[in-house]
Amino acid sequence: MTHDQPLLVVRDLTKYFPIKRGVFGNISGQVRAVDGVSFDVAAGETLALVGESGCGKSTTGRAVLRLVEPTSGSVYFEGDDLLALGAGDLRRVRRKMQIVFQDPFSSLNPRMSIGAIVREGLTIHRLAEGSAADARVRQLLEEVGLRPEYATRYPHEFSGGQRQRVGIARALSVEPRFIVCDEPVSALDVSVQAQVVNLLQDLQRDRGLAYLFIAHDLSVVEHIADRVAVMYLGHIVEHAPVDALFSTPTMPYTQALLSAVPAPDPGVKRERILLAGDVPSPANPPSGCVFHPRCQHPARDAACAAIVPPLEEKAPGHWAACIKQTPTAVSWEAQRAAGGASPPEFYIPRAALHRSLDTSHSSPASE
Amino acid sequence: MPAIGVRHRLLRDRRVWIGLGVLAFMAVAALTAPLIAPYKPDAQLDIVQLAGQAPSSAHWLGTDPFGRDVLSRMLFGSRVSLTIALAAVAMAMTFGTLVGVIAGYFGGPVDSVLMRLVDAAFSIPPLLYIIVVAALWGDVGIVALTLLIASVAWFGVSRLVRAKALTVRDADFVMAARALGMSSWRIVTRHVLPNVVGPAIVTSTLAIGNVILLEAGLSYLGIGVRPPQASWGSIIQDGAERMSDQWWLTLFPGLAILVTAFACNALGDALRDALDPRQLQPLRDDDTPLITA
Amino acid sequence: MTPPLLEIETLHTSFSTEAGIARAVDGVSFQLHAGETLGVVGESGCGKSVTALSILRLVRPPGRIEAGSAIRFEGTNLLALAERDMQHVRGNRIAMVFQEPMTALNPVFTVGDQIAEVARIHAGASRRSAAAKAVEMLALVGIPDPAQRATEYPHQLSGGMRQRVVIAMALVMNPALIIADEPTTALDVTIQAQILELLADLTRRLGTSVLLITHDLGVVAENCSRVIVMYAGEVVEESTTVELFAHAHHPYTEGLLGAMPRVGRGAERLATIPGTVPAPTAWPVGCRFRERCAFAWDRCAKDHPPLYQLGSGHQSRCHLAEEPNRRAHPHTPLAAASGVASA
Repeated sequence: MTHDQPLLVVRDLTKYFPIKRGVFGNISGQVRAVDGVSFDVAAGETLALVGESGCGKSTTGRAVLRLVEPTSGSVYFEGDDLLALGAGDLRRVRRKMQIVFQDPFSSLNPRMSIGAIVREGLTIHRLAEGSAADARVRQLLEEVGLRPEYATRYPHEFSGGQRQRVGIARALSVEPRFIVCDEPVSALDVSVQAQVVNLLQDLQRDRGLAYLFIAHDLSVVEHIADRVAVMYLGHIVEHAPVDALFSTPTMPYTQALLSAVPAPDPGVKRERILLAGDVPSPANPPSGCVFHPRCQHPARDAACAAIVPPLEEKAPGHWAACIKQTPTAVSWEAQRAAGGASPPEFYIPRAALHRSLDTSHSSPASE
Repeated sequence: MPAIGVRHRLLRDRRVWIGLGVLAFMAVAALTAPLIAPYKPDAQLDIVQLAGQAPSSAHWLGTDPFGRDVLSRMLFGSRVSLTIALAAVAMAMTFGTLVGVIAGYFGGPVDSVLMRLVDAAFSIPPLLYIIVVAALWGDVGIVALTLLIASVAWFGVSRLVRAKALTVRDADFVMAARALGMSSWRIVTRHVLPNVVGPAIVTSTLAIGNVILLEAGLSYLGIGVRPPQASWGSIIQDGAERMSDQWWLTLFPGLAILVTAFACNALGDALRDALDPRQLQPLRDDDTPLITA
Repeated sequence: MTPPLLEIETLHTSFSTEAGIARAVDGVSFQLHAGETLGVVGESGCGKSVTALSILRLVRPPGRIEAGSAIRFEGTNLLALAERDMQHVRGNRIAMVFQEPMTALNPVFTVGDQIAEVARIHAGASRRSAAAKAVEMLALVGIPDPAQRATEYPHQLSGGMRQRVVIAMALVMNPALIIADEPTTALDVTIQAQILELLADLTRRLGTSVLLITHDLGVVAENCSRVIVMYAGEVVEESTTVELFAHAHHPYTEGLLGAMPRVGRGAERLATIPGTVPAPTAWPVGCRFRERCAFAWDRCAKDHPPLYQLGSGHQSRCHLAEEPNRRAHPHTPLAAASGVASA
């Protein structure tokens, strides 16, 4: 692949789940879990996908791997169109893309020893056999910080953090280039969480892995991500380099989300944006801007309920979906006039992004 | 490695020894019946003197109204009863697990069709169904009877296995297996089956008592085991009308059924536990720390 | 000075397991004053939830509260009460808010009925007045259209709404103390903010004391005036919240604070605590944190540290209180050193 092409390109990805009613399973509606999501992940970088439960972030992660079948859109991995692949080719490509799950208890088969769990990938893809496979399993366990002697033990003998390490070793066994981390530390205690976050960072550094890091916890994201995409009701509503997102959150939802994180500084009283009400049902999302019923923006008006805000560049590299924030680069009207209402064509001009921003967040692939 | 673990755990389990002991005793008795039985099972000894006698030193378990020795009849009967029960239950377990796993793992229309069929089958009284099939079939021998019984005994297993398979299918480890590029066949055999066999074994062993009684009911109706050939069920059926005065006719075969079912159940429980690594001893404290980073 | 509302003295709660006796709560003492919000913070398995259940005497066999423990609430030792009298305390004087609002509510009754039931049990309210009370409570916890919502079932409400209902149930009898066990852990961060704000506002208005059990130091910082840090069944540090965050003394507390990701810290690497919590069936001799501690020395392996008094209201279970100069010489903790070299 060429160097300026991202590892993973996702365009207009949607996943609708049918709502079935009655004895005959008539489809009476659709849950729009993921509704037109586009993003890129470059080799070696971490894109965080952040949002609250039901925003579609996990479904996005699974749809990218085709663990749930997307309704429409396209996913390119190393140039292959994943959605066009047959079962055999898909299996081959999956070697390169792995997933680490949130729940350390349901993610490991309780009836298999952790050695057998880690070994499975090697067997399926014929990467190693016999004693070579044993050695590889031991090496993988060591690499994730587990004692290789414990290969014969079963998942229930391990703590949550240790199980999470086994899950990571399993993902690494097939030597992927890209891992979807689906809330990998959400179920863990604070001290263990830090261990696993650091492990993921070390592995990324050593192996040049790319992560799609799905999380609801913004504080963890700041430590691990290069770029952050915020999701709300199936849409990406803001997308920016991590520093920009945390220093100048632009979309009102992101602002509320950031301000809701409890600060561990008892002296400091912060201005908190308290959102009214709950997230609406994705089966019946609000018109216009999906966030408008809960939005605290002073300029919120009828237009918010009427116009679907496009994701547009409000500052260099900083994209947000809000018609009340004036874009500083190109107005969204101008973009639309140029036929760019849907992001793909003009989406994230990475070269421009890295020229104009501090290079500390540039990814290896773009150099 | 896991196989050694399973065997080791089975050998340490007292329930295994009790269960195996009882079943081995039954099996030896059944196999050696012609040698150890004091009388011929269908010999009517002295219909006048010896009909319906209570247990005595000559007839340990008494005699029936036809003057036949109950112990001898039970020894010979155990051949029929045990063969039918064990074979039918094994078949039912295998088939029920298969159907349950397919329905539960693949879901969707496959599941709907299979489970509607099971529901429909459930609603037909098994006795009625067997009588009708037997009538159409003609002469029903032991093999046919076993098949017939097995064909009505798998519904419960399949329902249970399906429910379990449904939850396993949605577990993240199955998702992870798919992400690793594993085929459905491999996922079913490596991940789904091992997680559903436990409950399947337990429900199946619980069904053994029922199966023996079903065979008894059928014998009474003249399907399968025909008099004067004996089975535990047929002995109970013979004695059912004389429960008040000739209690030994129902008590001893009843006890035999109970003990067999109990032994199978103990074995089943032990097997389920042995197959579940969560029953292993937890880590000893001197093993910590596991984590090194 | 008025006596504390709740005073726990050497609480021991243990569970007999196959692996031996698990001393989940092992000699916990603390006080909670009227109107105060006290945070109890610690990781899973530290004994914080068992402490909460012990206060309400809801520990089920094989768990039991050992003799010698005392839980004084409003002047009475709850452990000496008959079960009947205890039932009068639960839900009436002390109420509990659980982590998972879905399982804390009965799915087959309307939320109105469930709130009304509390009023009927404890106040002997008539059906009509209890129903009115339920609507009033729903309004109090900020549920829009309370009369309508009272007729709905738990599954018809969102997670945040359900937690509001649970809080409404807890407040029906205007209890003196609310024990909130991870009340927002199952909720999204924006909903968590709503619920914590509500809880703080209501308890301020009603003068209710709160025992807030959480693993999240951020929640503690924003809601509690005082905090207790628990580790391995014991209180390891107790202090005002401001003092704890500014001058944490116990190495475990320091470790927790360092491991916690914070917004505004950038991509800085997180500090970790090596190793894992020891098994409650065999707490280590001496200091229970010793193997994971960067300052541990031979004394820590022998002497079980008492709670040293550091200043007014600040206590720490660490020998560093007596030998502070050892803090200058950190080393690699045992738990980190004994494993394989990092790959």
